[in-house]
Amino acid sequence: MQFPITNIMQAFTLLDGLVVPLDRANVDTDAIIPKQFLKSIRRAGFGPYLFDEWRYLDHGEPEMDCTHRPLNANFVLNKPQYQGAQILLARENFGCGSSREHAPWALEDFGFRAIIAPSFADIFYNNCFKNGLLPIALPAATVAALFQEMVDGYHLLIDLDAQQITTPSGQTITFEIDGNRKYRLLNGLDDIGLSLQHADAIAAYETARTQRAPWLF
Amino acid sequence: MPGKTLYDKLWADHVVYTEDDGSALIYIDRHLLHEVTSPQAFEGLRLAGRKPWRTDRNLAVADHNVPTTDRDQGIADPISRLQVETLDSNCAEFGITEFAMDDTRQGIVHVIGPEQGATLPGMTVVCGDSHTSTHGAFGALAFGIGTSEVEHVLATQCLVQKKAKNFLVKINGQVGAGVTAKDIVLAIIGAIGTAGGNGYTIEFAGEAIRSLSMEGRMTVCNMAIEAGARAGLVAVDDVTIDYCRGRPYAPKGADWFMAERVWRELHSDVDAVFDKVIELEANAILPQVTWGTSPELVVAVNGHVPDPILETDTVKQQSMVRALDYMGLVAGQAITDIAVDKVFIGSCTNSRIEDLRAAAAVAKGKAKAASVKLAMVVPGSGLVKRQAEAEGLDQIFLAAGFEWREPGCSMCLAMNADRLEEGERCASTSNRNFEGRQGYGGRTHLVSPAMAAAAAIAGHFVDVRQWPVV
Repeated sequence: MQFPITNIMQAFTLLDGLVVPLDRANVDTDAIIPKQFLKSIRRAGFGPYLFDEWRYLDHGEPEMDCTHRPLNANFVLNKPQYQGAQILLARENFGCGSSREHAPWALEDFGFRAIIAPSFADIFYNNCFKNGLLPIALPAATVAALFQEMVDGYHLLIDLDAQQITTPSGQTITFEIDGNRKYRLLNGLDDIGLSLQHADAIAAYETARTQRAPWLF
Repeated sequence: MPGKTLYDKLWADHVVYTEDDGSALIYIDRHLLHEVTSPQAFEGLRLAGRKPWRTDRNLAVADHNVPTTDRDQGIADPISRLQVETLDSNCAEFGITEFAMDDTRQGIVHVIGPEQGATLPGMTVVCGDSHTSTHGAFGALAFGIGTSEVEHVLATQCLVQKKAKNFLVKINGQVGAGVTAKDIVLAIIGAIGTAGGNGYTIEFAGEAIRSLSMEGRMTVCNMAIEAGARAGLVAVDDVTIDYCRGRPYAPKGADWFMAERVWRELHSDVDAVFDKVIELEANAILPQVTWGTSPELVVAVNGHVPDPILETDTVKQQSMVRALDYMGLVAGQAITDIAVDKVFIGSCTNSRIEDLRAAAAVAKGKAKAASVKLAMVVPGSGLVKRQAEAEGLDQIFLAAGFEWREPGCSMCLAMNADRLEEGERCASTSNRNFEGRQGYGGRTHLVSPAMAAAAAIAGHFVDVRQWPVV
């Protein structure tokens, strides 16, 4: 069987992005995008509500026009020097909690393309790759050093193909990523189309499994 | 060659195809859907002109947005209503079975799957919801997925996965009276942290786990995700088999006997090797109460709110300071001195019949404290509600001044009308105490159903082990 493979998401190759430091551990998906916004049946438009409870001083509701809402000036994303940031630097266990893909949708819609942290929650990590968002896990000491080194206008250059980050001082940091995930992200490929290339194998599995577990078929 | 873990066996049984980098296409036996994480997946199918691979492996129910009062009035919030109606129309269009809001079988997706026998041992079970780990209590490989993966499962009946590592959490001996599955899992999270299980599948084992009912095992596996593990597991035994027998979607006749024989092999081999092992002593676990904004910030009920000054890790110290500020607590405060405004008994963690019995046993013949504004009991499903009413539990709750509601996720995440107001403090049997989880500015303390009921009556946390049960 032949199925089309399409490019459905933004490919990720090279990113030279402004970094914003979110100095918190265990940033959960309820904080990234609060539950009231999950009522939307659309996939786009979550960016204005990213970190809603931290970013605004009032209580946000779905479909609210955010342009005139009172901003929390102390929240790092609101500081003038971080406007236009594409890389989020955070502490361990980023994205813990719910499986809501609205979290990476909101981050991506806001303008983020990469997140650097010592560790990520598994479901969130996985969801990022479906949305052209690159989560990079680095040793806690390396992340701590990046936090220390941060100055206004701090940029990092991320090369996904080379699996390398270059700091403004020219230091290079390598990072790990599964080959399959990297390939899909580099090319912005449609996962379903790729999996359907194995449609015959799926059908064969079902036939074999019917013998082992007939009550499921 | 060393033996296999239960997870190794479940994984091997579902691999369709393995990629060069070790990631694999694995087959999904049961896909559960709800209204919040599925609309964009169905839309994706429509846009690509794709059809579900197998409609009969899917089961859908609306739970997050549904009202728990005046159900016959429908859903007042138009945005919530549209989301539920979208699930109805998507299921109709794609031929997927859905338990509608007026069906007795409607309830929280993680309650109805097992209740219907739609979750069975040896299965892979997925749902666009992190608490899908619940179903691991059946010796099924069950985990939460994102919406892109919901679409992927619909279109292919498979998922691309990388095998996780094996983590054994063993609870030796027996817990004391008044200590429940919820206390066990909160103690585990307190011990290993919310990131302790990242990258692992946790198998819960040991005498204390074996002694739990299926309801208790589901409570433990439900919160595996709160320990960072996408999936939790408990090996199959007589308790599992007895629970499954006779359920509507369970195999019948000759199929049942074949299934039972296969299922009884679903345990880790005695010589299986785990990547990580921890052991806890059950008799050291006391009733637990969370004090912070992460489930790992937990202490025993006879303890005190900890002092961040004593924490040496500066990142953790900052989190503790923030949590104390958000929760309106001070270091050194006795847990039993913390007064609550509201009490919530429900959620996919603790809304099954055994949970309601435990709460009712505490509430029987007593009255909610006047200072407690609301104590609500939200059964996990219409069938749990009916069973509880047959046992007279609803009358016990109502006589004690608690509210008896219709089934759904309710104030676990407050997507419907049930929520905390800013600054309100809640004793909750749910699974997450994150900032704003139960309502903007709301403060959540996670506890067992018995502890929640006791807090409703006393007006503050009390050690349920000293509670006079009638």
